[in-house]
Amino acid sequence: MMKMTQLSKAYRTEVVETYALRDFCIHVREGEFVAVTGPSGSGKSTFLSIAGLLEEFSGGEYQLDGANVRGLNDKQRSRLRNEKIGFIFQAFNLIADLNVQDNIAVPLRYRGFDTAERQRRIQESLSRVGLSARARHHPGELSGGQQQRAAIARALAGSPRLLLADEPTGNLDTQMASGVMELLEELHRDGATIIMVTHDAELAARAEREVHIVDGQVIELAAGPRLAAAAAHA
Amino acid sequence: MFSYYVSLAILSLRRNVVLTVLMIAAIGVGIGASMTMLTVFRAMAADPIPNKSRQLFAVQIDNWGPRSSSSGGSADNLAEQISYTDATALMNAHAARRQTAMYATGAALTPSNPDLRPFKVHARAAYADFFPMFSVPFQFGGPWAAADDEARAGVVVISRALNDRVFAGANSVGKTLNLEGRDFRVVGVMARWDPVPKFYDLNNDKYGKAEEVLIPFTRAIESQMPSWGNNNCHDAIGAPGWEGHLHSECVWTQFWAELPAATDVEQYRAFLNNYAAEQQRTGRFHWPPHTRIRDVREWLQYQHVVANEVRILVLVSFSFLLVCLLNAMGLMLAKVMGRAGDIAVRRALGANQAAIFGQCLIEAGVVGLAGGLLGLALTALGLLGLRALLSESVTRLTHFSLADVAIAITLAVIAATLAGLYPTWRAAQVQPAWQLKNQ
Repeated sequence: MMKMTQLSKAYRTEVVETYALRDFCIHVREGEFVAVTGPSGSGKSTFLSIAGLLEEFSGGEYQLDGANVRGLNDKQRSRLRNEKIGFIFQAFNLIADLNVQDNIAVPLRYRGFDTAERQRRIQESLSRVGLSARARHHPGELSGGQQQRAAIARALAGSPRLLLADEPTGNLDTQMASGVMELLEELHRDGATIIMVTHDAELAARAEREVHIVDGQVIELAAGPRLAAAAAHA
Repeated sequence: MFSYYVSLAILSLRRNVVLTVLMIAAIGVGIGASMTMLTVFRAMAADPIPNKSRQLFAVQIDNWGPRSSSSGGSADNLAEQISYTDATALMNAHAARRQTAMYATGAALTPSNPDLRPFKVHARAAYADFFPMFSVPFQFGGPWAAADDEARAGVVVISRALNDRVFAGANSVGKTLNLEGRDFRVVGVMARWDPVPKFYDLNNDKYGKAEEVLIPFTRAIESQMPSWGNNNCHDAIGAPGWEGHLHSECVWTQFWAELPAATDVEQYRAFLNNYAAEQQRTGRFHWPPHTRIRDVREWLQYQHVVANEVRILVLVSFSFLLVCLLNAMGLMLAKVMGRAGDIAVRRALGANQAAIFGQCLIEAGVVGLAGGLLGLALTALGLLGLRALLSESVTRLTHFSLADVAIAITLAVIAATLAGLYPTWRAAQVQPAWQLKNQ
C-alpha cells in the first residue's frame, strides 16, 4: 500500500543540516493498522507529512499505492492526496465557517464530484460515524468527540486508500477518545489501511502493528516488546 | 468552482467584518475619488460627434499676418475664427461637399401666447448644411433648404426645449416665432441635441448648451443680428456701422467643411491656399498663404478643451487610488495570513496551489465589487459636490452615464484583483505541513 525506502528528509540552513528522517524504511500493507510512536522530535510528524504528500523528501523512494511519488509536481501531488489519502488531525481542523456537511464536501469538490455524488457520499460517511443528525451543525456547536467524528467522516468521504491519523485522540477526554478509537478499529475491520501517530502506548497497543521512530529512524517492535514498551510508557 | 469560490468569499468576508469594511472602504474611497475626476475628464475629452469627427474640419485663415503674433495670437499665429469676408467667399466657392459659416447671436423672443413674457434666446446663424453636417436629429419637420439660404428666408429651426416652452411641446412646424419684432416660420424642431463639448464654437462656453434657435446665416446678416460670440478685431476695426463691421478684418465667424475622403481634405487644403494666395495677389494679404484645417479631434486638442489642470487632477486622483489599493493590499495580506490554517487544511484535503490562488483571487474580486459599489455612491456624492462648486455649464460634465458605472465597477474589480495578487500568491505559498504542525 505504501512503502518508503531509504527515505531521508533534511532541513538545511546556511550553516547546518538537520536530518528529521534518515534511511527511513517502512512498508505498510493494504488493510493494516499501524501505530507510529516515538518521543517528541523523533520525526513522527515529518513522516506523516511526507506520507500525506504535504512535504517533499530529500532522498530515497516513496511508493504510494504502486505509484512513485518522487518528482511529482504540486498539481499531481494534490490530486494523489485528494484521491488516495484521508487525514485525521489531532485538532480536528474543521473549517469553522462551514457546517459539517460542507466540511465533508471540501475534498469532494476538489475531486470534481457533482452535487448528487457529493450528497450521497456525505450522507454515507456521516451515517458511518453516527453524525447524520448533525449535518447542518457548525463545528463550534459540536463536542470534541463529535468534531473528530466529523473530521473522520470528511476523511472517509473520498474513499481514500490510506487514512493518516495524527494523534486523533490527543484533544479528547478518555470517554471520547475511546469512542474515536473504536471507530478507527471498526474502519480497520472494514478493510481500511490506517497509519496512526500517537504518544499513547495503550492506543498504540490496540493497533495491528507498531512502528517506533527514534532520531528519524524506524525501530519496529514485535508483539512482546510492544506490550512491554506500552507498560513502560504507562 | 466559481460559484463555490464566490460563496466562500462571502463567508470569509462575513467572518471578519472590521477588516472587510476597511478593505471595501479603502477601495471605495479610491474608486470614488478617481471616478469623480475621470467622469469629468471623460466628458471633457469625449468625442462629441464620433461618427463624423474625422470628416468635419474647422477652417482657419490668417487674415492679420505676422503682426498678430505680437498681440496675443495663438501659437501658430492663426485666429480661431475667420472674417465675414472670408466666410462668405468660402461659402460662395462651395469647395467642400458641405460647408457652413456660422456665428453666435441671439434675440428677444416674444411668444404668441400672451401668458408668456418675452425672453432672450441664444441663436446661431448658419447655413442649411449645418444640420446634415452635424447630424442634428429632428423631432418635427427638418432643416431649411439651401434655397432658403439664398432667399434669406425668415425661417428657423428651434430646440426641443424651446418648443416645449413656447408651443407646449406640440408640433410647431409652420407656426410663427417672433424674434426682435420679426416673424419667423418654424420649419423644424430638433430632437435632443447637445454636443459636449460644443465643438463647433468653443469661443465662449466650451461646455455650454446648444443654441435654442437656428436661423439662416444670410437672414441673420440681413437682419443685422449682432454677434453674441467672440469678436476679435485686433487693430483692424474698419469702418463704423454694420456694413463696416462686415467688411472689416474682424474675426467673428466660424467655418466648418465636411470632407469625407482624404483626397477631399488635400484638395480643400490646396483650395484654401489658393484662396489665400489670391488674397495676397489682390493686395488684401501682405504675407504668404497661411491656412489650416483641423478635424474635430484635432480642433478640440488645439483649443485645449481639456485643461492641463484637469489632467493633473486625474493623475492625482489615480495616485490616491494607488495608495488606497496599497492599503487594501495590506489588509488583504493580514486577512490571508490569518486564514493560513484553513488554507493548510484545504491543501491537505486536495486543493492545489492554483485552486487556493483562484479562491483568494475571487475573494479579492468580490471585495473589489463591493468597493466599486461604494465607490459609485461616493462618485455620485463627489459629482454632486462639484456641481455645487462649479459653474452651470461645467456641471454638464458631471453626469454619470451607464458607461461610467461600468467603468467604475470594472476598475474596482480589476484594481482589487491586482491588489489581491500578492496576498493571493502568499496564500498559495502556505506550507500545509508547517501550518498543520503548528495549529
